[in-house]
Amino acid sequence: MSEQSTLTYARVNEDVIKMLDKPTVKWLALFIPTLGFVGFGLFCFLHQVYTGLGVAGYRHPVFWGVYITDFVFWVGIAHSGTLISAILFLFRANFRMSIYRIAEAMTVFAVLTAGLFPIIHLGRPWNFYWLFPYPNQRELWVNFKSPLLWDVFAVSTYLTVSSLFFFVGMIPDIAAIRDRVKEVPRKIAYSVLSLGWKGSNWEWLHYTRAYLFFAAFATPLVLSVHSVVSWDFAMSNLPGWHTTIFAPYFVAGAIFSGLGMVITLTVPIRKIFHLESYITLDNYDGMAKLIILTSSIVGYAYGVEFFLAWYSGSPYEWGQFYYRATGQYAIFYWIMVVCNVIIPIPLWFKAVRRNIKVLFIISIFINIGMWFERFNIIVISLSEGFDPAAWGIYMPSWVEIGITVGSFAWFFMFFLIFIKTLPAVSIAEMKEILPMPNKGIKGDHSG
Amino acid sequence: MKDNQGVLGIFSYVDVTVETVKKLKRAGFFKLRVFSPFPNHEIEDVMDEPESIVRFFTLFGAMLGAACGVGFTVLTSSAWPISVSAKPIVSLPPYIVIIFELTILIGALSTLLGLLINSRLRRNAPKSMYDPRFSEDKFGVMVTCDKESVGEVENILSSQGAEEIKFDEV
Repeated sequence: MSEQSTLTYARVNEDVIKMLDKPTVKWLALFIPTLGFVGFGLFCFLHQVYTGLGVAGYRHPVFWGVYITDFVFWVGIAHSGTLISAILFLFRANFRMSIYRIAEAMTVFAVLTAGLFPIIHLGRPWNFYWLFPYPNQRELWVNFKSPLLWDVFAVSTYLTVSSLFFFVGMIPDIAAIRDRVKEVPRKIAYSVLSLGWKGSNWEWLHYTRAYLFFAAFATPLVLSVHSVVSWDFAMSNLPGWHTTIFAPYFVAGAIFSGLGMVITLTVPIRKIFHLESYITLDNYDGMAKLIILTSSIVGYAYGVEFFLAWYSGSPYEWGQFYYRATGQYAIFYWIMVVCNVIIPIPLWFKAVRRNIKVLFIISIFINIGMWFERFNIIVISLSEGFDPAAWGIYMPSWVEIGITVGSFAWFFMFFLIFIKTLPAVSIAEMKEILPMPNKGIKGDHSG
Repeated sequence: MKDNQGVLGIFSYVDVTVETVKKLKRAGFFKLRVFSPFPNHEIEDVMDEPESIVRFFTLFGAMLGAACGVGFTVLTSSAWPISVSAKPIVSLPPYIVIIFELTILIGALSTLLGLLINSRLRRNAPKSMYDPRFSEDKFGVMVTCDKESVGEVENILSSQGAEEIKFDEV
């Protein structure tokens, strides 16, 4: 905490608001290529809509591929942001204070990215609104018994609640920016967004209670939303999918992948904006410990899946897992195991947890490994199902790869806009962990 | 006497702010508002406001969400009764997911409504009774009183070491 002991309240405001200065050449050098990749992704999608879903790599029997992999990947990334901002808030874990704003932003943008894929993967994407229950002349309602519909409600609820939590948490900080900026258009914009916040005791009373309730709502969402996403697969009867382990397996994996992404995002932001006094080695130490925990759960789940498949006596289940480890997709399986289980092992050592460069490299491997985990679960299970006559191989096409790259660019585009327009570190909560400004007067207790 | 005078004292320390509030209350001034750059338990304790009613918005919103979830799923499946995979027409286990999500969604939206309504119920302080440094590192104690009491309030704030005192009609 020695880095944070040099901070004063005024300096917190200054450092965080300074990040919102005019975009530099470096920022533009990142933003413009990002926009280019988003454009390329859009081109790929329009090509697919115009030509037909056949330009994707789908081949019998694999009709869910990279798009659903991306969907599950991005929803999973979002969960860690909510863990850091909501669950660690309820546990009073102070190491979250300086990173939770970035994590929350990651959540909102990841869900926005994930929400693209249920539309992208449709053969007739213009009919996507059929997923939503709306009153119609023939009283045709959606099938509430389907996990795909549970997904619609779960992900929509998650997007709404995460966005509310994100925005409400920022109101006092936006007011701080409003009070400091001089340019009239920015002042007006921040004034509107701050909703007239003045920081009076009355406002803080209702704000702190509302924030607590939002955190309390977001916590079961972390557990339920990715469980519901896992049930897209577990509610089928396909070998490798139809297993009750999926809900906790997916939730642990989601938190694991999201923590990797938080580190991937915060390390460069910390360096570029000189936030060493805010995002300290203690913060990374805490996150690395969570990574060890979730990596252990995920690694255990990999082993248990094999055990379950063997112990069940089901030739289909065992055949599927044997195929995963030794079949045509084996390379992807072992990439997943190495990236998710082996590479995080050095984090058991404190020196590694507090080494930013090594942590950053490990986080990149975690992102890669978790993407492949979703690919393996979805594609390999579909590739070899019950009937050997129906087995087939799928490889993504350039369209799918282009849209995947575009989705990463879409996410980073929002993130780059966020760090230039909204406070990336929580000003008000940072002040709560700094020494209280007390003069040391003796109070009069005569009442 | 109509309480239409505002006196605002600006301080740099939490303990001084808390002591000032105590002194003002002992002197009989209860229309107080304290500004701070972050929420503080000592200020909350000394102001002794009733517990926030946002919690009722949250509770009733969540209950409404659960009711909507049950109503929506049960009534729509009854309106067009198709047997899907030999499951019952009204089948509670899958509906639990929808009910759960709607409970959280409408509960969260109600909480937001409660926050917006309650934090704006009190008339927001006029511009002159606010200082931009309250979002940085200063604390403010605003007293609403009648014209005759302004002098007494000013004395209390000065004796507590207020760095600046502002006056205005509110």
